[in-house]
Amino acid sequence: MAMMSGAQMLVRTLEDLGVEYLFGYPGGAVLDIYDALHDSKKIHHVLGRHEQGVAHEADGYARATGKVGVCLVTSGPGATNTVTSIATAYMDSVPMVVITGQVGTPLIGSDAFQEVDTIGITRPIVKHSYLCQKATDIPKYLRQAFYLASTGRPGPVVVDVPKDCVRPSVKFEYPEPEPVKMRSYNPTTQGHRGQVRRAARMLAEAERPVLMLGGGVISSEGSEEARALARMFRLPVVSTLMGLGAYPGSDAQFLGMLGMHGTYEANMAMDKADLVLAVGVRFDDRVTNSVPKFCPAAKIVHVDIDPASISKTVEADIPIVGDAKTVLSQFLDSAGEQKLSCNAKAMDEWWGHISKWRAAKCLAYDKDPKVIKPQQVIESLYRATGGDAIIVTDVGQHQMFVAQYYKFDTPRSFLSSGGLGTMGYGFPAAIGAWVGQRSRPVCLVTGDGSFQMNIQELSTCRQFHIPIKIFILDNHTLGMVRQWQMMFYRGRISWTDLNDNPDFVAVAKAYGHEGQYVDDPSKLDAAIDAALSKKDSLVITDIRCDTDAKVLPMQQGGGSMSDMFMSEA
Amino acid sequence: MRQIISILLENETGALSRVVGLFSQRGYNIENITAAPTEDPSVTRITILTQSDKVELGRITKQLHKLVNVIRVYAQEDDSSGVVEREILFLKVQAIGHGVRAELKNLCDIFKAEIVDVTPEQYILQYVGASSDVDRFLKAVEDSADVIETVRSGVCGIFRGDHSLRV
Repeated sequence: MAMMSGAQMLVRTLEDLGVEYLFGYPGGAVLDIYDALHDSKKIHHVLGRHEQGVAHEADGYARATGKVGVCLVTSGPGATNTVTSIATAYMDSVPMVVITGQVGTPLIGSDAFQEVDTIGITRPIVKHSYLCQKATDIPKYLRQAFYLASTGRPGPVVVDVPKDCVRPSVKFEYPEPEPVKMRSYNPTTQGHRGQVRRAARMLAEAERPVLMLGGGVISSEGSEEARALARMFRLPVVSTLMGLGAYPGSDAQFLGMLGMHGTYEANMAMDKADLVLAVGVRFDDRVTNSVPKFCPAAKIVHVDIDPASISKTVEADIPIVGDAKTVLSQFLDSAGEQKLSCNAKAMDEWWGHISKWRAAKCLAYDKDPKVIKPQQVIESLYRATGGDAIIVTDVGQHQMFVAQYYKFDTPRSFLSSGGLGTMGYGFPAAIGAWVGQRSRPVCLVTGDGSFQMNIQELSTCRQFHIPIKIFILDNHTLGMVRQWQMMFYRGRISWTDLNDNPDFVAVAKAYGHEGQYVDDPSKLDAAIDAALSKKDSLVITDIRCDTDAKVLPMQQGGGSMSDMFMSEA
Repeated sequence: MRQIISILLENETGALSRVVGLFSQRGYNIENITAAPTEDPSVTRITILTQSDKVELGRITKQLHKLVNVIRVYAQEDDSSGVVEREILFLKVQAIGHGVRAELKNLCDIFKAEIVDVTPEQYILQYVGASSDVDRFLKAVEDSADVIETVRSGVCGIFRGDHSLRV
């Protein structure tokens, strides 16, 4: 029977849960935990430089590996600094456990030094949260937190640990791990058999079906099943931003991303479809455009593990609650049992329409011998990496260009803040991704605005030799906001210019990394190749891009899926 | 539409705040709410009275189910056949002079209310009934005497018939 302090139990519980990496930042309330951590041989601690970065690192680790990302921060400002990161993970359903220090229980409520109501502040942005009352709560709550974070619809869980619960002088018996059971939490994973049978029949009978994939397919590891189903019924496949990589981007049946900056063929197919099989999606407003005009001819089959997501915005004709992978394989079984196949004649005709939409080449753009176009940076990066990199983005134009021009063939290759749209997410998330997944190069595509929101993590990369390749699409402006100002605010550029950026090459050097600047289109490929060839170094490539480039196509607000601006004019 | 939602949830710190927070953060309205432990002290039962249409009610119940602490949720549109519901009303009224005191006593007899506290100048009246009856009684008293203070418990409801809300 092992006797341990609360702090030792915390560390031991993490070890027993299989935690290898802990992202953290020390402080007063977590001193005892850090002291106990000093003795751990199994847990590697990664020191961020700001708690927001720390928690995004745990998020990036989780998205790249599928494991629970864990971070540890102190009370008060340590905890509040993680709020944006927690909300980011919540919106994108990322399994994450955030351990926050708290003032001692006798001080709670007294406005003590570095006290804040962490549970209260984070309540609307967590899947669940725990405030430990005594040392023996720590193992119990941490195990529940991991279980909750990683099952059902994944999400962040906060465990708030008051300082007196981790006091080294008081020892308790460490409870051996046992399976977590919670009477109030039983997510449904298996889809309703009758509903699946009906939906599978509809899929076979449909004349203009579309398979729409979202982040749920990636979290449930359901890509293979999705591919098999698409093959079986010759389905055109579209993807949400979060679903990119769930289906191979270079496959002939893939029409691209749908929604606000989706491809012409993807949005047209949705608009004309008579059946949409939507798997692991939540019909975000950036996907649907105007809901009453959304897919007017289509029956909607909606598969999701979260019952609250079904018929939340778009009414489902056939709702199926279940895990995406499980339900997709139920579809395959059911189609086999019922000997279903696609309606060949109708599908020939449907693909004929799609080919015509494809021929519009909505992603074509004009190159300029003097100015680098942001689109061409992404195309060059795709060429240079052979599509085999983990690409992490920040938020804005560059993010959309990556989504449109980089073809993601495997899941967990594209990490981006979709739901919350958090500028500053990309760099720390890329660090987390590299920590969890070192077999592939990790590239950050960012903007000059976004990158400066968590630039301090360059120091973390220096300390832990994290050789991320950073590509700044440097257009000296907040590109996406500028795009809206140009298109919808009569060109009144209000505070989006960023003409006083630092010299990013000098910044790289100041932090002990390498940097290069490129503004000549003819030297772009060479610069990208040079960065990627330096396997062991972090390299910042500051790429001066066209300030006036626009992300197109773009849906017209308040319209249907097919109402799109195809060009600036 | 007037709806009564009954919830069983873990009797844990902060569980009630998650339920209440859900209503405010999703823009749903709470008309009144009651909460107390059940025969099993680890389980709290909450009754919420809200105004919402069928679609919104569906969304609310799904969001409530999603809360990790929530064990069961049941909602039924309020047609009086489906729910037995009561509310308690206490009224502190000015009761000076024979006329007023007699009239108040008379009203209590008619409504089957009780006078639970008496001072030379005030009565405390207690009334138990469905919310609409509470409204009627309150109106009747207000018409006959000066009301100093009122307190209503909020609705406590149980669904009729075979349906039962248990862990």
